Amino acid sequence: MDALRADFELPLRDFELAVELEVGAGETVALVGPSGAGKSSVLRSIAGLVRPARGRIECGATWFDAGGRIDRAPEERSIGFVFQDYALFPHLSVERNVSFGAPSDKVSLGLIERLGLAHLRHAKPPQLSGGERQRVALARALARRPQVLLLDEPMSALDPHTRADVRAELHDLLRGSGLPTLLVTHDFEDAAALADRVGVLVEGKLRQVARPADLVAEPADAFVAALAGGNLLHGVARPLPTGLTQVELDGGGLCYSADVREGPVSVLVYPWDVALSVDQPEDSALNHVRGEIVSVVTIGNRARVRVGPLTAEVTAASAERLGLAVGARVVATFKATGTRLLPARELRDTPQGSGGLVRIVQG
Amino acid sequence: MRFAFTALLALATTVALVFLALPLTALFLRVGPRELVSSLGGSTARDAILVSLKTNVIAEALIVAIGTPASYLLARRRFRGRSVVLTLVELPLVLPPAVGGIALLAAFGRTGLVGGRLHALGISLPFTQAAVVVAVMFVASPFYVRPAVAAFEAVDASVLDAARTLGAGPARVFARVALPLAAGGLGAGAAVAFARGLGEFGATIMFAGSLQGVTQTLPLAIYAEFERDFHVAIALGALLVVVSFAILLSIKLVPAWTRYALTSSFRSATSS
Repeated sequence: MDALRADFELPLRDFELAVELEVGAGETVALVGPSGAGKSSVLRSIAGLVRPARGRIECGATWFDAGGRIDRAPEERSIGFVFQDYALFPHLSVERNVSFGAPSDKVSLGLIERLGLAHLRHAKPPQLSGGERQRVALARALARRPQVLLLDEPMSALDPHTRADVRAELHDLLRGSGLPTLLVTHDFEDAAALADRVGVLVEGKLRQVARPADLVAEPADAFVAALAGGNLLHGVARPLPTGLTQVELDGGGLCYSADVREGPVSVLVYPWDVALSVDQPEDSALNHVRGEIVSVVTIGNRARVRVGPLTAEVTAASAERLGLAVGARVVATFKATGTRLLPARELRDTPQGSGGLVRIVQG
Repeated sequence: MRFAFTALLALATTVALVFLALPLTALFLRVGPRELVSSLGGSTARDAILVSLKTNVIAEALIVAIGTPASYLLARRRFRGRSVVLTLVELPLVLPPAVGGIALLAAFGRTGLVGGRLHALGISLPFTQAAVVVAVMFVASPFYVRPAVAAFEAVDASVLDAARTLGAGPARVFARVALPLAAGGLGAGAAVAFARGLGEFGATIMFAGSLQGVTQTLPLAIYAEFERDFHVAIALGALLVVVSFAILLSIKLVPAWTRYALTSSFRSATSS
C-alpha cells in the first residue's frame, strides 16, 4: 500500500484552496471545518472530479501533475469514494450497486457478507435506512479495490441513535482496510473518534494538522479550540506580579489564567474542566461564574449544561444529584491552570460565538 | 366565500372540458361506428395509414437516436451560449409548421442552400417520402429533446460522479446510470414527439407534397378527402383522435417509466 500525497491549489469562488497533505497507508486523516471551507473540494480534487490549478497528487503513481500535464480521469485513479448522502444507484439492487466497480462477484459478495448486507442483497436503495445505505456505499467503494478511501461526511445522514454504533463499526473498518483514508466532517467528535490525525480547514487553508488529543491540548488558535469543543471568552490580559494573568473580559468581569500573555486574548476552557455547584465552593479554583442554567442536554451518561457563556460537561449522575435544570442558579468553577490563553484573532469565523454578560467573581 | 371559489373552479373546468370534448364527440357522432370502420378500408385511407406509420417510425427512431446523446450533452455541460442553443432547439415548438416547410425548401430545395449540391449528386429530397421524415423530425424533435434535457438534468450529478470513481468511463456512465435514470422522462418525451409527428401537416405539405401512397400522411389525407369524401375524412380524424388519446394516456398509465424518482421530468430545461 502506498501513501497518498496531495499538494495542490484550486481556486474556489470566494478563496483559493491550498492544501498540502500526506496520508500514510492504514492512516485515517479527518478534515474538519465549517461548511464552505473547501473540504469536499479537497476530496473531489484527489478523485479527479475537479482539476486543481497547480500542484501534484500521487498515490503510488502520479495522478495529477499540473507541471507535467498529467491529469488522470477519475475512472483511472484508484479511488473508493463514499459520497455525502451516499449517491447510491437508485435503480440498481444492493448487490448490483456493490458489484458495479468490483473486479469479480466474489469480491462484491464477500463485502456484502462482511458488512452484514446479505439479507438486503435484492433491496433497492430507496428501501434502506440511513445506516444501511452507508454500509452499501462503503461496500461499493471497497469493492472497487481502491488504493485510497475518500469519505465525504459519512455520518451526516445518520440519526443520533445509530451514530455511535456506526462510528465504532466504521472505525474498525477503516483500521482493517490498510488504506490511506481521508474523511471530511463538520463534527469534531466524529473526526476525533475516527481519525489518527485531524486537519482543521478554514477558508481553504489548513490551520492545524495534529492528533485529536494534541488539537485539544495545544490548539493553534481560538478557532481550532472552539471547533474542538472549548468555551471561548474574549478579553484583555494583564500579567499580575503573582505570576498569574488577569483577563478583563469584554462582557465585564475578571478571570485568571496560569498562561502568560498580554493584550487582547481568547480565553479557552474545556467543558470537562468546568465544575458546577449550587453554592459558592470553598476550593482552590480561582474562577467562578454565577448564573442561571440556560440549557441541559444529556448525551448518554454525560450532561452538557450551559451557564451564561460557558458550557460545562458533568456526569448525568451529578446533574441529577445537584438537581440541575433550566432556570436553576448555579456556580460554574474552573481552575486558572485549566484556563488557556490564546492569541486573539479574527473571530468572525469562530464556530460557537460566545457572548452575553458574564460576571466572573473571584473566589 | 369558500364555496363560491370552489364553484368558480368547477365552472371553469367544466367550460374547458365541454369546449374540448364537444368537437371531438361530434366527430364520432357524425358517422356511425360501422361506417367509420368501413371508411378506413378504402385505398386512400389504407395508403395514408401506411405512409404515416412508416415515416413516423423512421422519424421517431432518428429523433431518439440523435436527440438522446444531444440532450445528455446539453443537460450535463455548461458552456457559453447554452441558452441560445436550447432556445434554437425549442424554436420549432412555437414556429408555424409552414415556416418549417419553407425553411426546409430553402435548405434542401433544388435551388436551396445544400439542395443544389445534393441534386448534382443525384439526390433530391423534396416531395419524396424521405422529405416527410425530415419534416416530421423538424417539427416533432423539440417535443423529445426538451423533456430529455430536463430528465438528464434531474439525474443527481453525484450519482454520475460515483460511477466515474467506480471505474466507469463516460460511455459506461451514460449507458448504465444516466440512461436508466432518465428513462421515464425519455419515454414520455418520445411518446409526445410521436403523437406530434403523427399530426404533422404544414411542413409536410410544403416540403413533401401530398402524393397518395408516397407522401400523403393521415393529416394530409384528411385534408384531401375533405373535398371528396367527407366520411373518409371524418373516419381518419377519428382514428387520429383515438391513437393520440391512447399515446397520451399511456404516458400517465405506465408508472414504471417514472418510478426512478423523476418527478420533475417535464420540468422545462433550465437555461443558464
